Amino acid sequence: MTSTETERSVPKPQFTDAEAGAKEFPDSGPSARRYNYYKPAKRKQTHYEDVTVEVQPDPRHYLSQGWIYGFADGSSGYPLTWTKLKAWGVDNPEPERGPGSGGKPVQDWPAHGWHEFRDPNEEWDLTIFRNNANVERQITANVENARNAKAFEQWNPNWVKFVERHVSTWMHIEHIFGLYVFAACNRSGPTNMHNTAMAVNSAHKIRFAQDIALYNLTLSEEIDGFDGTAHVDAWNNDTEWQGVRKVCEALTAIEDDWAETIFATNIIFEPLLGELFRSNLVQQAAPGNGDYVTPTVMGAGEYDYSQRDLRWSQACFGLLTQDKEFADHNKALMGEWLSKWVPQCLEAARQMSPLWSQPDNKPPRFEDSLDRAKNRFAGILGDLGLDVPKELSQ
Amino acid sequence: MSRQSLAKAHQKIQELSWEPQYHEPYMKYGTDYTFKKAAKKDPLKQVLRSYFPMEEEKDSRVYGASDGAIRGNMFRQVQERWLEWQKLFLSIIPLPEISAARSMPMLFQAVPNPELHNGQAIQMIDEVRHSTIQQNLKRLYMNNYIDPAGFNNTLRNFHSDYCGTIGRQFAEGFITGDAITAASIYLTIVAETAFTNTLFVAMPGEAAANGDYLLPTVFHSVQSDESRHISNGYATLLMALSDEDNRQLLERDLRYAWWNNHRVVDAAIGTFIEYGTKDRRKDRESYAEMWRRWIYDDYYRAYLLPLEKYGLVIPHDLIEESWNQIWNKGYVHEVAQFFATGWVANYWRIDGMTDEDFEWFEYKYPGWYDRYGKWWENYNRLSRPNGHHAIVAEDVDYVYPHRCWTCMVPCLVREDMVVDKVDGQWRTYCHEACRWTDAVAFRPTYEGRDTPNMGKLVGHREWETLYHGWNWADVIQDMGFVRDDGKTLTAQPHLDLDPKKMWTLDHMRRMPHVASPNVILNEMSDSERSAFVADYNAQGPAGRPAGATS
Repeated sequence: MTSTETERSVPKPQFTDAEAGAKEFPDSGPSARRYNYYKPAKRKQTHYEDVTVEVQPDPRHYLSQGWIYGFADGSSGYPLTWTKLKAWGVDNPEPERGPGSGGKPVQDWPAHGWHEFRDPNEEWDLTIFRNNANVERQITANVENARNAKAFEQWNPNWVKFVERHVSTWMHIEHIFGLYVFAACNRSGPTNMHNTAMAVNSAHKIRFAQDIALYNLTLSEEIDGFDGTAHVDAWNNDTEWQGVRKVCEALTAIEDDWAETIFATNIIFEPLLGELFRSNLVQQAAPGNGDYVTPTVMGAGEYDYSQRDLRWSQACFGLLTQDKEFADHNKALMGEWLSKWVPQCLEAARQMSPLWSQPDNKPPRFEDSLDRAKNRFAGILGDLGLDVPKELSQ
Repeated sequence: MSRQSLAKAHQKIQELSWEPQYHEPYMKYGTDYTFKKAAKKDPLKQVLRSYFPMEEEKDSRVYGASDGAIRGNMFRQVQERWLEWQKLFLSIIPLPEISAARSMPMLFQAVPNPELHNGQAIQMIDEVRHSTIQQNLKRLYMNNYIDPAGFNNTLRNFHSDYCGTIGRQFAEGFITGDAITAASIYLTIVAETAFTNTLFVAMPGEAAANGDYLLPTVFHSVQSDESRHISNGYATLLMALSDEDNRQLLERDLRYAWWNNHRVVDAAIGTFIEYGTKDRRKDRESYAEMWRRWIYDDYYRAYLLPLEKYGLVIPHDLIEESWNQIWNKGYVHEVAQFFATGWVANYWRIDGMTDEDFEWFEYKYPGWYDRYGKWWENYNRLSRPNGHHAIVAEDVDYVYPHRCWTCMVPCLVREDMVVDKVDGQWRTYCHEACRWTDAVAFRPTYEGRDTPNMGKLVGHREWETLYHGWNWADVIQDMGFVRDDGKTLTAQPHLDLDPKKMWTLDHMRRMPHVASPNVILNEMSDSERSAFVADYNAQGPAGRPAGATS
C-alpha cells in the first residue's frame, strides 16, 4: 500500500454465536424448529407443505383484521363462492369481528376442507424448474439426435403432411389451456396449494405448446417442402378440428366456476380428446410411418398430463367427492358437469375421426381408439367415486 | 440455443396467438381502462426451452449457496439485530409474491394482446418461484438461527399482527379492484419497477454487511426475474398511453400507487436497513442515500420522467414529498420508533440503539439525536422487566399515534395528519394523499367519470379496535405471540435470551388496557374532535406532546 492510498471501507465480520443450540431459553428446543401453524397431511411435515401451506391468509383462520382490499361488488380475497363445489365447513359462518371482539382465531383448523388439499406432485420452486428443464433437455436431445441421424428422411411423405397439418395443430389447444384455463383459474383457487398446482399445470401446457411449435420449426428447416404454417390453416378451417376447437374454446368460457373449468378440462377433455389424439392416434401411428421422433415430443406432454396434471386433479376432486359434509352435493354437481361436457367431447371426437384414415400406415381403428379413451375415462371417474354417465355409451 | 435461433423461435411462437371463433373466454376481472387492439410486441420473448434451464441454473446457485452457508456455520456470524427483523420481512414477502402470481390473469381480458398474455403467464410462474424460494429461506433461518420463535409461527403471526397487516396491503393491492390499476400500475409499474430496487437490491447489501449472505443470494436471484416483469408493465403502460381516455386513470393510479408504495415499503425497508443493521461505517449509504439512488435517480428520473414526452402528467409533487418525508420529516425514524414502541404486540425482538448507533444517525441525519435520542435511551432503560411497564405504557413523552385508514402505517408525521368522515365513519389519515386515496380514488366515480371497476378499502383496518378494552396479556395470548413455556413473550425489547431478562404475560397483565384510537375518535363531539386534531397536528417530532420543547 502506498502512502496516498486509503484503506477500503468494508463491513467487519463479527462472531455473534447466533447459531441454533448456542443457548437454552423458552423455544430453543428442537420442537420449536418447525412451522407450527398448520397440521400436516401425514405424520411428518413435508418440504412442500412448509413452503406452500398458509402462505395465503384466510379470515376464517388467523386473518383477524380481514381482507384489506375489495372488489367493487364487495367481494375480496378468495371467496369460496367462486365455485359451486363445497368442502366441509364452508357453510360455517366466518367469525364476526368488531370493536373488542379479539382476533377470534378458529381453533378447529382446517376451518373448511379446501385446506386439506395437498398436491401429490409436491410442486414448488425447485421441482418446477428441475422437471421442466429436464423435459426440455430430453426433447432437444431427441430432436437433435434425429436431425443428425437424418431420421426425418425416413418419414412416409403422407406422414409429413399429417404432421405439418394435424400433429402441429395440437399446439393451439395446449396454448389456450395454458393461458386461458389454468393460468386464468390461478386467481380463483381457494388456497395457495390450489393456485400453485394450477400455475404449474399452466406452465406444462405453455411449455408443451411451445415444444410442438419449435419442433414444427425444426421440421420446416429439415424437411424440404414442409409447410410450417399449415397448422394455422387447419386450426382455422379443417372440419376435423372445428369440433375440438369449439369444446376447447367453450372450456375457456365457463362462467365463474374455476372448479368446473379444471374438472371439465383435466377430468373430461383430456382423456376423451387429449389422450385420444396424442396417445391413441399420433403415438400409435407414427412408428409405422417411419417416425420415431414425434412420439418423444408428444410423449413429454402426455407424461405431464397422465403423471402430474391428472394426479393433482384427482387429489383435488377426490377430496370433494369423499367430503364428510358435501360429498353428495359435489357428486351431483360433477354429474351435471359430466352430462354437459361428455356429449360435447364425444361429438368433437367423432368429428376428428377422419384423421385416423389419413396416414398410410393406419393406427388402430378410430372406434377402438375411442373405446380405449372411454375406458381410461371411466377408470378416472371410478377412482373419483363418480358414476359413468350414460352419454358415454352413446 | 443461439441468439439468432432464439429470435426465430420467438417468431415461431407468435403463431400460437389465438382469436376465438366460437366462444369468448369468460373473464372475471374488469377495468375502466380502454385498449385499442394495438399490436404490441412481447418484450420478454419468452421461449420456455431457454427459460426453464436458465431458472434451474439460478436455483442451483441459490441452493448451493444455502448448503454452503450451513456447512460454513454462517449463523455464527449473523447479527441478531438484523435477523430478528427478518422475522417480519420474511413473514410478509411470500404473500405479495404469490399474489402477484394470482394477479397476472386479471390482465388477460383487460389487455387485449395475446402476445403480452404469454409474458404475463410466465411472470405468474416466476412469482410462484419467488414465493416458495422465500418461504424456504425462512425455513432455513428457523432451523439454523439461534432463536426460531417468530419464524416458526410466522404466517399465523403475520396474519394477526399490525405490522404484517401494513405489509399485506402490498399483496392485496395486486389482486382486487380495477385489473389495470391493481396488476399493472400498482404491481408492475410502481412496486416492481420502483420499489423492488430497495427491497431486493439495497436491502440484501445490508444483510451481507450483517453476516447474512443467504438473503442476498435469494433476493438477487429473485430480482433477476423482476426485470422481465418490469418489461411486462412497460409494454402495458405504452398500450394504455395510446388511448387518450386512459390518461386520467393513469394519472390517478400513478398517484395512488406511488404514494401507497412509498408509505408501506419505505416504512418497512427503511426501518430494516437503518435500525436492523450493526454496520455503522460512516461511508456506508443511509436508507435516504439508497432511496435517492435507487428510486429517485434510477426510477423517477430514468423511467418516469421520460414518459412526459407521451403527455403523461407524472406525480412530481408526491415524489418530492416522499423525499421530503424521508429526509426532512424523519419518516423512517418515526416508523422505527413506533415499531419499537409497540414491541409487545409483535413477534420478534427489537434491539435498542447504542452510542455507536446514535453517532452514526447524527452523522447521517443531522439533528437526529435531538429528536429521537432521548426516546431510545428510555427504550434501553425500560428494556429489561424491573417493576415498570413496557415502554408503550410508560410516560416517555410519546403520544400513541392514530392509524392511517389507507396505508395503515400510523399518522406519525403529526402535522400531516388529516381527519375526514368517510362512509359514515370518522377516519384519520397520515397525509392528504392517503385521504384522497380512500375518499376520492377508490370510488365508483372519479372526477365525474364512472369507474365501476375500481375497488374499495375494506376490513378492520385498525388493529387496536379488535382489542379495545382488553388487557395486554390477553391480547398477546389471543394473538399467539407466546413461547413454548406458555408465558414468555415471543417479542422482547432487547436481544438477551436469558429467561430472567425476558418479559412474560405476568408483566403484561399489570399494564393498562388497550384503547382503540379510532373508537375514541368516533365517540368525540365535533368540538372535541376539532380540539383533538389541532393538538395532534401541533405534536412534535418523535411523537412528543404538543407544546413540548425538547
